Amino acid sequence: MSETTATKMRPRPLSPHLFIYRPIPTMVMSIMHRITGGALYVGTLLVAWWLIAAATSPVAFNTANAVFGSVIGRLVLFGYTWVLMHHMLGGIRHLVWDTGSGLEKETATKIAIGLPIASFILTILIWIVGYMARG
Amino acid sequence: MKSIHDFRTPLGRVRGLGSAKDGTGTFWRQRLTAVANVPLLLFFVGLLISLNGATYDEVRAALASPLVAVVLILVILSAFVHMAIGMKEIIEDYAHDEGVKVALVIANIFFVTVVGAACVFSILKLAFGG
Repeated sequence: MSETTATKMRPRPLSPHLFIYRPIPTMVMSIMHRITGGALYVGTLLVAWWLIAAATSPVAFNTANAVFGSVIGRLVLFGYTWVLMHHMLGGIRHLVWDTGSGLEKETATKIAIGLPIASFILTILIWIVGYMARG
Repeated sequence: MKSIHDFRTPLGRVRGLGSAKDGTGTFWRQRLTAVANVPLLLFFVGLLISLNGATYDEVRAALASPLVAVVLILVILSAFVHMAIGMKEIIEDYAHDEGVKVALVIANIFFVTVVGAACVFSILKLAFGG
C-alpha cells in the first residue's frame, strides 16, 4: 500500500529534453529539417489544388492562379520554395553523412551555419529566374 | 559469430530483420526516395518557373506532354512515399498515447494516399486530354 502511494505521489524522473540545452547550429538545423519536412507535407495540398484545378476547368484554374498570384499567395509560395530548398540541402547533408564523412564537429557546425544561407540564396535565384521567365 | 548467448535461429539470423520484421527497409526507402527527389523536385520547380504567367491552355498543353506527365507522376510518387515515412517517424516520436499514435499513423497513410491519388489522376486526365 505504502509503495503504490509513493509511486503515485512522486513523478517518475525524466531525462533532460530539448529546451534544457543551449541551442547549437547542428541542433537547430536538425529541428528545422523536421519542421520544413512537416511544412512540405501540408504544402502538398497546394500542389494538389493546382493540379486538380488544371484538370477541372478554366474557372477553377484561374481561381487557383489568382490566389497563388496574390501578394499573400506569392509570400506563401516563396516560403514554400525556401522550405523545399532548405529540406533538400539538409537532406543532401544527411546523404553525405550516410557515407561516414562530414561528421566532424567543426565540419558539421560549418555546414549547419551555411545551410540556411545557401537555401535562401537558392530560393532568391529561383524567384529571379521565375520572374525573368515571365518576361 | 554463434555464441551461447545467441538465441536466434539460423534462418532468423540470415534474414536479419529483427523484432520489427522490417529490418532496414524503411531507412532504405527513405534514402532511395531522397536521392530520387533531388532531380525530380528540381524538375518540378523548373516546370513551375517555365509555366509562370502561362495561360490555362498553355499549362494544359505542357502537362499533356508525355515526358512532363510521366516525370510529374514520378515526382508525386517519390515525394509522397518519402513524406509518408517522414511523417510516420514524427508521429512515433511525439504521440505517446498508443490510441492517438495508431489513429495518426492511419490518418497519415490516408492523407498521403488520397492527396497522392488526386494528384496522379489529375496529371493522367491532363495527359490524356480529358
